[in-house]
Amino acid sequence: MLYREAGDFKTSYASDNQTFPIRFDRYAYWVVLLLAVCVVPFFLNDYWTKSIIVPFLIYVIAALGLNILIGYCGQLSLGTGAFMAVGAYATFKLTVMAPGLNVFVVFILAGLVTAAVGVLFGLPSLKIKGFYLAVATLAAQFFLIWLFTRQGWFFNYSPTGMITMPVRTVLGFAVTGPSASAAAIYMTCLFFVIVMAWLARNLTRGTTGRSWMAIRDMDIAAEIIGVNPLIAKLTAFAVSSFFVGVAGALLFGVQLGAAEAGEAFGINKSFLVLFMVIIGGLGSIMGSFLGAAFLVVLPVILKVLLVDSLGWPSDLARHLEVMIIGALIVLVLILEPHGMAALWRTIKDKLRLWPFPH
Amino acid sequence: MKMTRLAALLAATLMAAPAVAQDLHFPMLNYRTGPFAPGGIPFADGYQDYLTLINQRDGGIGGLPIRMTECETAYNTERGVECYESIRGDNPLVIQPLSTGITYQLIPRATADGVPIHSMGYGRTSAVNGDVFPYVFNYPANYWDGASVAINYLLSQNGDSLQGKKITLVYHNSAYGREPIPTLERLAAQYGFTLVTIPVDSPGQEQGSQWLQIRRERPDYVLMWGWGVMNAVAVQEAANIGFPMENFIGIWWSGSENDVRPAGAGANGYTALTLHGVGTDYPLYADLQTHVIDTGMAAGAGDQIGTVLYSRGLYAAMLAVEAARTAQALAGHAQITGAEMRAGMEALVITEERLAELGLPNFSASFEVSCANHGGGGQAMVQRWDAAADRWNLITDWISSDRELIMELVAADSAAFAAENNIQPACAN
Repeated sequence: MLYREAGDFKTSYASDNQTFPIRFDRYAYWVVLLLAVCVVPFFLNDYWTKSIIVPFLIYVIAALGLNILIGYCGQLSLGTGAFMAVGAYATFKLTVMAPGLNVFVVFILAGLVTAAVGVLFGLPSLKIKGFYLAVATLAAQFFLIWLFTRQGWFFNYSPTGMITMPVRTVLGFAVTGPSASAAAIYMTCLFFVIVMAWLARNLTRGTTGRSWMAIRDMDIAAEIIGVNPLIAKLTAFAVSSFFVGVAGALLFGVQLGAAEAGEAFGINKSFLVLFMVIIGGLGSIMGSFLGAAFLVVLPVILKVLLVDSLGWPSDLARHLEVMIIGALIVLVLILEPHGMAALWRTIKDKLRLWPFPH
Repeated sequence: MKMTRLAALLAATLMAAPAVAQDLHFPMLNYRTGPFAPGGIPFADGYQDYLTLINQRDGGIGGLPIRMTECETAYNTERGVECYESIRGDNPLVIQPLSTGITYQLIPRATADGVPIHSMGYGRTSAVNGDVFPYVFNYPANYWDGASVAINYLLSQNGDSLQGKKITLVYHNSAYGREPIPTLERLAAQYGFTLVTIPVDSPGQEQGSQWLQIRRERPDYVLMWGWGVMNAVAVQEAANIGFPMENFIGIWWSGSENDVRPAGAGANGYTALTLHGVGTDYPLYADLQTHVIDTGMAAGAGDQIGTVLYSRGLYAAMLAVEAARTAQALAGHAQITGAEMRAGMEALVITEERLAELGLPNFSASFEVSCANHGGGGQAMVQRWDAAADRWNLITDWISSDRELIMELVAADSAAFAAENNIQPACAN
């Protein structure tokens, strides 16, 4: 009943190939977009924005980036945390060196810097594959964090190595620093999520994305049919790092306001984003959203529920939270090894026929 | 059915408006979980027990009960920020995150919101300058004091000369561990010793290569800025390579029972700085026994009472309560706000007499806070571990730091922060 597909005809290739071929999905997409842009900003409170919604949006970008690399191009990477750090430190250096530069431009430039670094560390992928590549990117993780914690130039020689984001405004609204309003930081992150999700979707269904998937599925076959592995792999690294870099820039600039490479962008962050991608669903845009929601939003919701509503001791709640999230991860992967996106696909297939499955 | 109940609970939390009850809100950003829990638990217990005692024995401060809320940070900065966001609208009086990383995150936010931070013996050292950091306090001593006190102690051991000595700093590779390096570098230039810095990545369970390097270079002294499991591992490794323990000096965060007990007799003679006395030989503990422990209101498992970090939590709570009293006296009413609490912290005076009145005679040094100096007196004592007796013994009186040098470094660092963030001096008005 939810999906009424009678009369939803496709009369051209363009309409058949669109992102949401089903009319109901299309409408739902526009309604969600409209709600997110025009309605949600008026109902935000500080806590929910800064603790749940903004981290969710930022990790969606990071998960999209890693999903392009792992899910679409099949190149395993454990350097996500370090690439986020590149974005964060590039933001810091750029914004301090050029205080007049619009902070949106700074975030995008930070993404581009990260893309360049990503290509550099993606070069070994031309020679090595699979787990060996994972180890090579792990080296990137440790090298970059070492660089950012030991080389004074990156943190302007502050005695602790912490970097702090100064206040920057866009159209008169502060979007970074402590005085930024909930609506301003929400709109900033939402802007990047919408643009980058749109970009990711359209890249992955075009020539570039198809060449990535060809490399992922069988690189020798891809090479024989004319896909240039050098270009395919390096573009995947560049685009992926660009996304991850912007996520790191937003995490540092908008959400945290201050960061230290080893603590905020350590190996744990790489694993967190990797788990998002795996649990959400490899090679799926929707999966990136679901994975980020699962690993970012759920813990906070659990905390709010157990501690603030039920009044349980916070340490007990924290232990329980780790157990519940762990159990849910195992459960999701047993029930649906292809991630939550596949679960969503199954549900949708059932819903399209419901309530008359035959 | 379940879903509706969950949704209702969620909605209830969303709607829950802070009550306008008459009480003083002391939030606790604790970490009773994660790799740093062995340090977080005793501190949290001490902090909570003292506040409970004030509630039970005196009925609160100035007639108003203390309301405690607890938030678990797991020593993680993102969680710390989440905790802060959850309490900032609830008129919190003072925030003590017990984490340098979280303190750094909260400094700009709390300043904008008018919530005082007390980072007691940790956090950003240049917050000593109240002109630039009006809402941040780090009395009674900071890391740079710690570095200077350690060097002054070594000077006194070496006939006032460290010329040609080699001193190694083993530090937690985070904002916390890196704090003392600029001061130590200055002191190295001043006194002519060589400084070698060796980082240990968090959490610090793996230190084989670092101690191999120490064994090879044979420094005269090793200083340590460690926390959590890193301390115990370092003490064990030092014992393993046979480094003379009396030449191994930890900062006050590297001097608890948890750090030395695992190494057993090998830890005998390990030295650490301290900001306060330890043990239960203070009159206050009798009250604590009657009002808190015997009534079953002790925090946590109640097995930490009298330990070093428990005493530190107790000390932090005591200073917070004294600041709140001062604030109430200054404001002229009991229901104070964060801004009034800030004024109280800035006017805080701790004297020997007051400590004796509180039942903690000679527990800590006396000091005064002012706008120009949010850092107190900067004194510390040196304690040595006696493995056979299983206790810390104080081996010196209060040692002062080189405040002139530290104030000079503070002025430079805080001026850089003020320029980066366009801050106007706060003390003048």
